[in-house]
Amino acid sequence: MTAAATLNSAIIADFSVRLPGSKHEAGSFDLRVDQRLPGAGVTVVFGASGCGKTTLLRALAGLQPIESGYLRVKGETWHDEKESLPAHRRPVGYVFQEASLFEHLTAAGNLEFARKRAAATVNEQEVQDVIALLGLGDLLQQRPQQLSGGERQRLSIARSLLIKPELLLMDEPLAALDQTRKQEILPYLDRIRAELKIPMIYVTHALDEVTRLADHLMILSQGRVRACGPIREVLARIDVPGISGEEAGAIVEGRVTERDSEWHLIRVDFEGGQLWLRDSGEAMGQQLRVRTLARDISLSLEADQASSILNRLPAEVAAIAEDADPAMALVQLVVGAPGETRLVARISRRSVAQLALSPGKPVWAQIKSVAVLY
Amino acid sequence: MGFSAADWAAISLSLQLAAVTTLILLMLGTPLAWWLARTRSRLKGPVAAIVALPLVLPPTVLGFYLLVAMGPNGPIGGLTQSFGLGSLPFTFWGLVVGSVCYSMPFVVQPLQNSFASIGERPLEMAATLRAGPWDRFLHVVLPLARPGFLSASVLGFAHTLGEFGVVLMIGGNIPGQTRVLSVQIYDHVEALDYGQAHWLAGAMVLFSFLVLLFLYSIPARRGDAGLRFSA
Repeated sequence: MTAAATLNSAIIADFSVRLPGSKHEAGSFDLRVDQRLPGAGVTVVFGASGCGKTTLLRALAGLQPIESGYLRVKGETWHDEKESLPAHRRPVGYVFQEASLFEHLTAAGNLEFARKRAAATVNEQEVQDVIALLGLGDLLQQRPQQLSGGERQRLSIARSLLIKPELLLMDEPLAALDQTRKQEILPYLDRIRAELKIPMIYVTHALDEVTRLADHLMILSQGRVRACGPIREVLARIDVPGISGEEAGAIVEGRVTERDSEWHLIRVDFEGGQLWLRDSGEAMGQQLRVRTLARDISLSLEADQASSILNRLPAEVAAIAEDADPAMALVQLVVGAPGETRLVARISRRSVAQLALSPGKPVWAQIKSVAVLY
Repeated sequence: MGFSAADWAAISLSLQLAAVTTLILLMLGTPLAWWLARTRSRLKGPVAAIVALPLVLPPTVLGFYLLVAMGPNGPIGGLTQSFGLGSLPFTFWGLVVGSVCYSMPFVVQPLQNSFASIGERPLEMAATLRAGPWDRFLHVVLPLARPGFLSASVLGFAHTLGEFGVVLMIGGNIPGQTRVLSVQIYDHVEALDYGQAHWLAGAMVLFSFLVLLFLYSIPARRGDAGLRFSA
């Protein structure tokens, strides 16, 4: 892809938004972004509540006025000094946190509302496809009040797809649901991600949604972007506030290359190494995304063969950073150069001292457990 | 006994007056209520207070000022005369102007409550579904505010039907033109014709009761029932 083509497919956001202080908080809040987001895949905006995630989405959708700056999406200017496209002229699908439906219309009526106003003609087959994609076939004649929380959210996602958006914005679509309902919706989000080529910006404060859905990750805190990039890179960083402590951990992406039927294990090859995982029936050649929690990785200076740990990887210390906990430290590791994968280990500071760890030092990373994300 | 021909004329006149007034009030009151429900302007308080004035003012005060304003030297009177419409006091349309002022809060307040209870979210949702401002108003606000429109129409109609003081001040007592129900009852009582007065008064009580019964029987939906105030 040429530079111009990349520019025309990207979302270029360089703006600031100011919110007047509410009754509860003194002063005002301002959000500043200066980012180029990819015009494909899922970009997750992650941060604690009140960090400006929702404000960012609302500004992208045109629901929140931009104070200064500009916004260009796929080569189209949505906002600059001269003009600002009103919300109803922006081809965005927006899914609100608590599924907001038109209570005066049936489920089918809600979908029809969007179809009639779509950016391009939506034919009957496309409507049926969306209904099937989100499993709404049996619910069409119901009123929103009759639907469960999960069903409501599926309906509101389907409705946002029917305007044929060029950008899909999701504001914590699972936050209002309990764990069971969450698990019920996630597969649908996987399908949208896999089957539709619509770039998605997905806001959440739940790390499990980040690791499962994100191709790209933006970390926001107090209205400022702290990190932004491909998820593997961002999660392998140890200098980013927001994801640390018990939740820190890198992501490894690889492919199933071998099945050991005697011990019920599969081998996943990734750039720079390999992991043995429990066999859950994955197909040979299947792409897998695996999460290695920093607290589940320990380090040793020698390959300790007399250990129950299955996965031991030769690595090199890349950087060491302090953890929020004064007893702990985060160590970034490079596994297999140069086609490298980075991991993060969380170990005690005393261990760092005893092993005399410093950047460049070769170590063995012992991975106690991994979680297969997909 | 039943109603006399004069009674029927008064009833018919009152119904016409109430219908025309309600129609005009819905047209004027909808944008006004919408503005009141959504504005952050400092004018909101004063405007809301002016709209609510007829709730507390004696009808004679309202009628007096309207009479002056609609008279040949008043601002409204000057306007109607320069348009060649003549003078409004002691005409049907004079009563309409009076009733519109008098019944304004009974239409505006239920509408305002029901617009306010819709909140921002359905409108934002509609905007992200590519509905423009008019589209949003017609296809989201109006259907969601239907209970409010129902309360506003019924209350505006019923309240105009029962109007007396303002009518007497600006309309007088001209049969077929300004002699409405309440004035007819007053005349019966003045003439010590209590029997006739009973018929009309009783009919009014029954009608008003049925109207209110109807309004209070509408299942409250998200707390937007129109009867939030008592006049």
